[in-house]
Amino acid sequence: MSDSLLEFRKVSVDYAGRGGTVSAVTDVSLTLIEGETFGLVGESGCGKTTLSMALMGLLPDIASVRGRILFNGSDLTTMTESQLRELRGDRISMVFQDPATSLDPTFGIGSQVADTIRAHGDVSRKQAKDRALGLLAEVGIPAAAERYADPPHRLSGGMRQRVVLAAAIANNPALLLADEPTTALDVTIQAQILDLLADLQRRHGTTILLIAHDLGVVAQICDRVGVMYAGQLVEVAPVAELFARPRHPYTRALFDALPSGSHQAGALRVIAGQVPDLAHAPTGCRFKDRCPSRLAECDETPPLAMSDSGASIACWLDPATRAAGGLGPLAIAGESNG
Amino acid sequence: MAEPTGGRPLLQVEGVVKRFPIRRGVLRGAGAVHAVEGVDLAVGRGEVVSLVGESGSGKSTLGKCITGMIRPTAGRIHFDGVEVSGSSRGARGNFRRRVQPVFQDPRSSLDPRWAIERTIREPLDAFRIGNKAARAARVRELMDLVGLPAHLSQRKPSELSGGQQQRVAIAAALALEPDLLVADEPVSALDVSVQAQILNLLADLRQRLGLALLFIAHDLSVIEHISDRVAVMYLGRIVESGTVSEVFTDPRHPYTRALIDAIPRPDPTQRMSRTRLIGEIPSPVNPPSGCRFHPRCPVAIGVCSQDDPQQTTFSSQHRAACHVAAAQTASLSELPHERAWL
Repeated sequence: MSDSLLEFRKVSVDYAGRGGTVSAVTDVSLTLIEGETFGLVGESGCGKTTLSMALMGLLPDIASVRGRILFNGSDLTTMTESQLRELRGDRISMVFQDPATSLDPTFGIGSQVADTIRAHGDVSRKQAKDRALGLLAEVGIPAAAERYADPPHRLSGGMRQRVVLAAAIANNPALLLADEPTTALDVTIQAQILDLLADLQRRHGTTILLIAHDLGVVAQICDRVGVMYAGQLVEVAPVAELFARPRHPYTRALFDALPSGSHQAGALRVIAGQVPDLAHAPTGCRFKDRCPSRLAECDETPPLAMSDSGASIACWLDPATRAAGGLGPLAIAGESNG
Repeated sequence: MAEPTGGRPLLQVEGVVKRFPIRRGVLRGAGAVHAVEGVDLAVGRGEVVSLVGESGSGKSTLGKCITGMIRPTAGRIHFDGVEVSGSSRGARGNFRRRVQPVFQDPRSSLDPRWAIERTIREPLDAFRIGNKAARAARVRELMDLVGLPAHLSQRKPSELSGGQQQRVAIAAALALEPDLLVADEPVSALDVSVQAQILNLLADLRQRLGLALLFIAHDLSVIEHISDRVAVMYLGRIVESGTVSEVFTDPRHPYTRALIDAIPRPDPTQRMSRTRLIGEIPSPVNPPSGCRFHPRCPVAIGVCSQDDPQQTTFSSQHRAACHVAAAQTASLSELPHERAWL
C-alpha cells in the first residue's frame, strides 16, 4: 500500500444560517493515496464541494469545520491563512468549473501562469516566462508564444480551461483539486480536457481529487470513487468495483436513474421522495426515508466499513458495516449487499 | 430531413436560414453570424424528434425560429399545413397556442414573485380562456398532470426544488393544450435522479396527450433514451438525421461518430481510447468552405474543402451530408482501407 497524501478524519461542516444550522458535511473520513485519481460524486447539495472548500480553507465565515484534514501529515484546519496561502497554488492547486472565474480578465494568459510560478518560487521574470511558455505548450495551447499576451476572452472555453490547468500544474503540486472541470464544456472538448488531465496525472504523478456529478466522467479517469449523499459519505470503492457492483442503496438508485443508452428502454427508475432538508437533517442514515430496504437500525448512523472486495459502504444491510457497528448479522436473509 | 412516417407532418421546416447581422465591434456591418443555414426538418404528430449538437451548432436558434420567438431570415415553416413563418397575426396567434417552449433553467423562466398557481394560469388569462372558476379548475388539473401536489399551489418558485420548478414550467406550457413542445435542454440543469423524473414525465405526457416533442439537447444518452428520430447539427447545418437506432448504431457522418465516441461512458472497462476530434467548432461568422466540418474531420478528402456536400439517403429515414459517406455508398471498394469504419 502506498502512502496517504490527504486524510479527512471525521470532518463535519456546518453553515450557520437564518433558518438554523445546516449540516452540509457530516463525519466524513477518507484517505487519498499518493498518485491516485479519486472521484467524489453526488448530486447538488450532497456536500462534495463544501468538503473540497474545507480542504482548501476557502469556506465562508458562516461555516464551521470540525475534525482534521491532514495533508502530508499536517492539519490544514489549524493552519493560519498565510500558511494556507503558501500551500495553495503550490503544493495544492485547484481547477474549477468555470475557467472565466479562475482567470483575471485584464491580464494576458501567459503572465497569469508566470505569476503563479513567481508567487511560490525564487525565479527571474525571464525564467518564469520560459516555463510558462513550456506549460502552455504542454497543455495544448497552439502557438503559445503568439498567444502569451492574449487576454482570456480571446480564447474559447476549452482553451481557457487549458490555461487554468497550466497554472494549476505550474509548481508541480502534490494534489490537484478539480471541481467539475469539464461541466461547462461541450462533449468533444470535454473529452480533450479529460485526456489532458489523465495525461498530466501520468506524467507528473499528481494526486487528483475530482469532484463531479457525471458518472461517465468519473468512470473514464478515476482510480477510486467516493459517493456522497446529503452530507454523508456512503460508499468508497475502486472504480471497476463500484460500476460493476454498486452496493449502497443510494448508489444503486443513482445508477438506475441513468438513461442506459439503449433506446426505447421504457421508464427510467426514479428515487422516491426528496433529499432531506439539511437544516433539519434526520438522525442516522440520511437516505433512510427514500430507501427501499430501510431497517429499524437506520435511525443510527451506519459506519463506513471496508469489506473483502475493497469497497466500503455505510449501510446496515452490509455485513462489514454491521460488524463495525457491533451488530449481528441480519436476521432475515433478505436482499444482501454482497 | 427525412419525413415522419405517414401523413402530413405537424411541423415542416424547409430551407430555414437565420443570420444575425453584426452590429457591434470591429466586424460591425461587415458580416453576419450564420447561425442556421438551410435546414429542413419535420416533426409528426406525437413524435419525439431531437436536435443534437454542440454550442454554436444553431440548434437553439432553430428552436427559437420554430416557436416564433425570432423570425427566420429565409425559408418556410409550416404548422399543420399552414405557413406560419411570415403569415398574418391571426394564423400566428393560433400557432402560438399550439407550439409551446420549455427552457433549460426553470429559475429564469418562472417569475420569482408569482405563486406557481399564477404562473400556470397566466397563459389562460392571456388568451381569456374560461371564467375564473374554470381557470382555477384547469390549473389544478395541470398540476395533477405534471405530478405537482395541490398544496404547493401558493408557493413561490424559490420554495420549490429544481425538478418541481421544471414541472411548473411544463404545466404552464401545457395550459393552452399545445400539439408541440419545443424543449431546449429541459433536463440539463437537473441532477441525474431528477432528470429521470422529468424524462419520465415527458414520455408520459406524450403517451397521454399525444403531444409531439422537439427536444434540443447536447446529452446523447438522454436523446437516445427519449427520441424517435434524431437530427445532428454542426455549424448551422443538419449533417445527419434518421431514426434513433440508425443514427446511434450506424452513424454515417464522421461528426456524429466523433460525438458518440466523445460521450464519457459510465463504464470503466470501456475507457475512451478512440480517435479524438481535434480543434474546436469554428466561428459561424466565417464558416469554412465546402463541408463545414472538413478542418476537423479525420477522414476528409480533397473535395471536402471545396464542395458543400449534399444529403445522401441511406434508408427511408437515414440521411447524411458527407462526401466520404456518399462515395462509400456509391462504391465501397474504391475507398482507402482506413476509411472502412464509415
